[in-house]
Amino acid sequence: MSETAQSVLNGKTAQGLVRVEEVGLRGMITIRGDLSKSRLKSAASGVAGVDFPGQGEANCVGEKGILWMSPDELMVLCPYADRATAVHQIRTTLEGEHCLVADVSDARAVFLLTGSAGALRDTLAKLTPADVSTKALPPGRFRRTRLAQIPAAFWFRDAEAVEMIVFRSVAGYAFDVLANAAASPVGFFEA
Amino acid sequence: MSARLPTGGRLIDRSKPVKFTFNGKAMSGYQGDTLASALMAEGQTLLGRSFKYHRPRGLVTNGHEEPNALLTLGKGKTLDPNARATTTELVEGLEAKSQNHWPSLEFDVGIVNAHLSKFLPAGFYYKTFLHPRPFWKHIYEPFIRNAAGLGPAPNARDADTYEHFNVTVDVLVIGGGIAGLQAARAAAEAGAETLLVEQSAHWGGRAPVDGVEIDGAPAERWVDESVAALQALPNARLRNRTMAAGVYDHGYVLAYERLSDHVPEAEGPRHRLWRIRAKRIVLASGAIERPLSFANNDLPGVLLCAAARDYVADYAAAPGKRTVVVTNNDDAYRTAISLKSAGLGVPAIVDARDEVTGDLIETAREMGIRVALGTGIAKVTGKGRVQGVALCDQNGSGEVTDEIDCDAVAMSGGWSPAVHLWSHTGGKLFWDEALAAFRPDPERAPIGADGSVIMAIVGAANGTFDPSAALLEADSSGKAAAKDLGHTPKRKKAPSASKSEGTPIAAVWNMPLNASDELRAKTWLDFQNDVKVTDVELAAREGFESVEHTKRYTTLGMATDQGKLSNINGLAVLSKELGNSIPETGTTTFRPPYAPISMGAIAGEARGHLFQPIRRSPLHDWHDANGAHWEPVGHWRRPYAFLQGSETVEEAVHREVTNTRNRVGLLDASTLGKILVTGPDAGKFLDMLYTNMMSTLKPGRCRYGLMCTENGFLTDDGVVARIDETTFLCHTTSGGADRIHAHMEEWLQTEWWDWQVYTANLTEQYAQIAVVGPKARAVLEGLGGMDVSAENLPFMAWADGTLGGIEARVFRISFSGELSYEVAVGANEGRAFWDALLKAGAEHGVQPYGTEALHIMRAEKGFIMIGDETDGTVIPQDLALNWAISKKKDDYLGKRAQEREHMTDPYRWRLVGLETLDGSVLPDGAYAVDTETGAYESARDFAPGQKAGVNENGQIAMIGRVTSTYHSPTLGRGIAMGLVENGPERMGDILKFPGTDGKVYEARIVSPVFFDPEGEKQNV
Repeated sequence: MSETAQSVLNGKTAQGLVRVEEVGLRGMITIRGDLSKSRLKSAASGVAGVDFPGQGEANCVGEKGILWMSPDELMVLCPYADRATAVHQIRTTLEGEHCLVADVSDARAVFLLTGSAGALRDTLAKLTPADVSTKALPPGRFRRTRLAQIPAAFWFRDAEAVEMIVFRSVAGYAFDVLANAAASPVGFFEA
Repeated sequence: MSARLPTGGRLIDRSKPVKFTFNGKAMSGYQGDTLASALMAEGQTLLGRSFKYHRPRGLVTNGHEEPNALLTLGKGKTLDPNARATTTELVEGLEAKSQNHWPSLEFDVGIVNAHLSKFLPAGFYYKTFLHPRPFWKHIYEPFIRNAAGLGPAPNARDADTYEHFNVTVDVLVIGGGIAGLQAARAAAEAGAETLLVEQSAHWGGRAPVDGVEIDGAPAERWVDESVAALQALPNARLRNRTMAAGVYDHGYVLAYERLSDHVPEAEGPRHRLWRIRAKRIVLASGAIERPLSFANNDLPGVLLCAAARDYVADYAAAPGKRTVVVTNNDDAYRTAISLKSAGLGVPAIVDARDEVTGDLIETAREMGIRVALGTGIAKVTGKGRVQGVALCDQNGSGEVTDEIDCDAVAMSGGWSPAVHLWSHTGGKLFWDEALAAFRPDPERAPIGADGSVIMAIVGAANGTFDPSAALLEADSSGKAAAKDLGHTPKRKKAPSASKSEGTPIAAVWNMPLNASDELRAKTWLDFQNDVKVTDVELAAREGFESVEHTKRYTTLGMATDQGKLSNINGLAVLSKELGNSIPETGTTTFRPPYAPISMGAIAGEARGHLFQPIRRSPLHDWHDANGAHWEPVGHWRRPYAFLQGSETVEEAVHREVTNTRNRVGLLDASTLGKILVTGPDAGKFLDMLYTNMMSTLKPGRCRYGLMCTENGFLTDDGVVARIDETTFLCHTTSGGADRIHAHMEEWLQTEWWDWQVYTANLTEQYAQIAVVGPKARAVLEGLGGMDVSAENLPFMAWADGTLGGIEARVFRISFSGELSYEVAVGANEGRAFWDALLKAGAEHGVQPYGTEALHIMRAEKGFIMIGDETDGTVIPQDLALNWAISKKKDDYLGKRAQEREHMTDPYRWRLVGLETLDGSVLPDGAYAVDTETGAYESARDFAPGQKAGVNENGQIAMIGRVTSTYHSPTLGRGIAMGLVENGPERMGDILKFPGTDGKVYEARIVSPVFFDPEGEKQNV
């Protein structure tokens, strides 16, 4: 399965003050449902192997994780190869519950931005209206917002790495605006 | 004549000369100069011409408020028109040109306007050019366009880059003078995240030049210490060359940073637009000095007092050898003292006030400067520049009492607090008689989202001109802002500054008070737009009472400086003429930007390939490499046709249609919307969204459905596939996916929040490829893995499986009338699947086709297209889609609207096919007209008493229009669809369609299904 699959930018990278990398294939599963239900929590945690996140948080370890998308929506991350099994496992766990479980791995592109904390936050602030200060967006905090003219979601994995998800059709635009923004410093945020 | 002084100049570095040119003439200044100070030092007093009369113009100010010294900088890719010389830092090789003159700055034919000035009074645009009518287009407008206008628009692509930058801060302090520095320090030391922005390159504002002492030392030292202290705080950030341009609701502020104008060789963007979200704002924007209104106050060499002493102190540039100071306030005495101390001549201080006492006055007298009290300037004399002044009794009508030779006049009419940013977001003002100025009203300050005051205004901007009081006010406002946000301010006292005793300002709006008509007709209010005292008076006499109307009628304050100098003087004149007090007249509205900002900064990175995101399908790259002729569809790019060899687009389209009809074609349908709808109430939900019944659809089957808005109009269509008992997959149009998903969510979240339904937009998850044509089944069978036979996968069924080893969902649906499968695979495998189809299809003659072939084939079948047959005013009933409207349902969105009288009107235009008599193609969008009165009896009156035909105005009755029109390669002639009144009842009638080419096209009304009406081809 999937030996023919190729991520939208096929791992393209750009090196500026921040390194921009399309990370390639990643499993992404949308769950919509009642997030307060323990079955739903354990369905997500069971697949992702991480604690259930609080509101506006991202809990990630390696390629796995859970992103809090909205009061009734999660995104579960997993290795691309595991996505079908993961969807099946979640659906089985939630059998009988009113919920939506959908594989959206191919609908999106994932970027990894690495660099100094200051350069990362400067680069993001050129493109998003969200408050990207350390206080408002510490590692583990999850933001769905706008990246220049497109929707995007991102979170700091640690002080010097940002993971970002955008829609597949505009991955090229996202890469280009990120590379452009990472080309010159602002010096506003502390390194 | 202006010149460089041999010593001094706190901002220039004489060891670093800088070469530049002005109108091609080589000139030289020093590092630290502005273009204005360098030009002054080079003796260049004439810098441009005014807008209307082409009067000679020179420097008036030393800042953003400059109305005259607007120059064009650079050329070609770096051409920058209307740059203010006063805010342009001098750089090596700078090329500056003056504007609005022809043929040269020194000799200008437009000056003739000045002699004709009595024919160009207030409102002359409205009065002069009305008659005769044709003159406007052919004579007046070309002439005005030639004569008016400032710098030329660049015609080359801008070589520079720009960017935006978003920050959220606790406290934003606007203005880096002593008040702003102290406010920022107080806020930052309390722990608030603080951003301080200053429009100029230097900190400290006026204090260093004005000789202010703080805590016993010169202001300059305190400024340096404060900047250093702020820089040492991790929570404080400072940006100079950054002008707050606009303040908007909820603490949103735009600021404009000039990064490389002063270092053109620097890498990175030229300008940066800051989008600041501040919880609290402290405004310390200072004040702007006002001119005085005396005759010929527009001659080059007349400038503001503070500007005069700035040029001397900062740049060692002397505005003249002998400068007469004219004033109504004490501050101007600083200029006289400063100039005299620099060794320049100050023949007199002309003070309109009758009695004055105070520290500055004493100093001036001690220096031996003549002070003429109760005196005004009757007029400035000189041709093209100041050569002298004639004095008069301020309370008289202008009889000359004395004449003084001089080459410069420094004027001060008092100071107006720069309240612009306070007013942008709703802060109100009051008129302070004692200061003769509008001041911010602290009781009516700008408020934030929660109703609390979010802006404080301090220092000169608040009318607090005493440095000690300004520092105290700034300190407490900075602390209060931090405290509001939960921080604990330091118990540190505000610094104290030197005090000087003096005499209050006297309001002087006319100099002399009763100046004659002749003098007032030469007294300028707005230097750039040539608005004089008499123009405003005339407007008042003509009935203009509102200051806003007067502004537009006279163009007062409509120049690039937006009335920063002229506003108060102008409305004082207007008030006097109207017999109002100044507050009764009020000010015009302050609007962003505070001073002009570059278009590049507004665009930011959005230019060239970053102008707009283009949505790319998973097969985009293949299309691009294989002759795609692109068409924008929403933000998507879709191939209109794939060009082979040297064929034209039209030839390619016809080839694609023929190949698909006869063999097999591939269409990239990935852009179609795919929305997953699931839950126990999903069927009920879709029954409400679609006009047809979706809840009865069986799993494994598909149904075409229509969606209407609540007003009944058709908004989208597509095929719905039932996945399982509680799950549906809804296909939408390419442009409609996001809109329809939002529409679904809106209804679910606001109206039917208790229904158990979830939706997800899966549009981009799949590459969807239509395999279309008689050989479509053979191609899929060639791939292998699924039974796609008519028995196993009949028309309007779908199935999951694998094709060529790739997981696929196959829908047996057709938008072309051919045997057709739409195959959805994961987007990441889309390219591999497409390649496999091309390979498997090669022996069957497979070719890709684009959107135009798709359109033609659907039109041949009479299928409607959202956006062609619909335009937001069309209901399904107009399109003979009644079969898709369920009569069993109690309700669906649009049902009640479709029962309105207008919607059930039998004379609504309805869908028909149109066939030209000669086989040609009807023009798209053409109207069917009824030219012969009574030839067609409509029940509707086209005009009173007239059923049809041409009315007395020559208007022809319209009875329909073309919605889709193509050449059909299948049928070898033009086919079209249209909406026609009573169309379906008029089969066979011939309609006339006048084209924009002057031809009248004739077409017969026929069935809209031109090809295979029985549907035999798709059902094999």
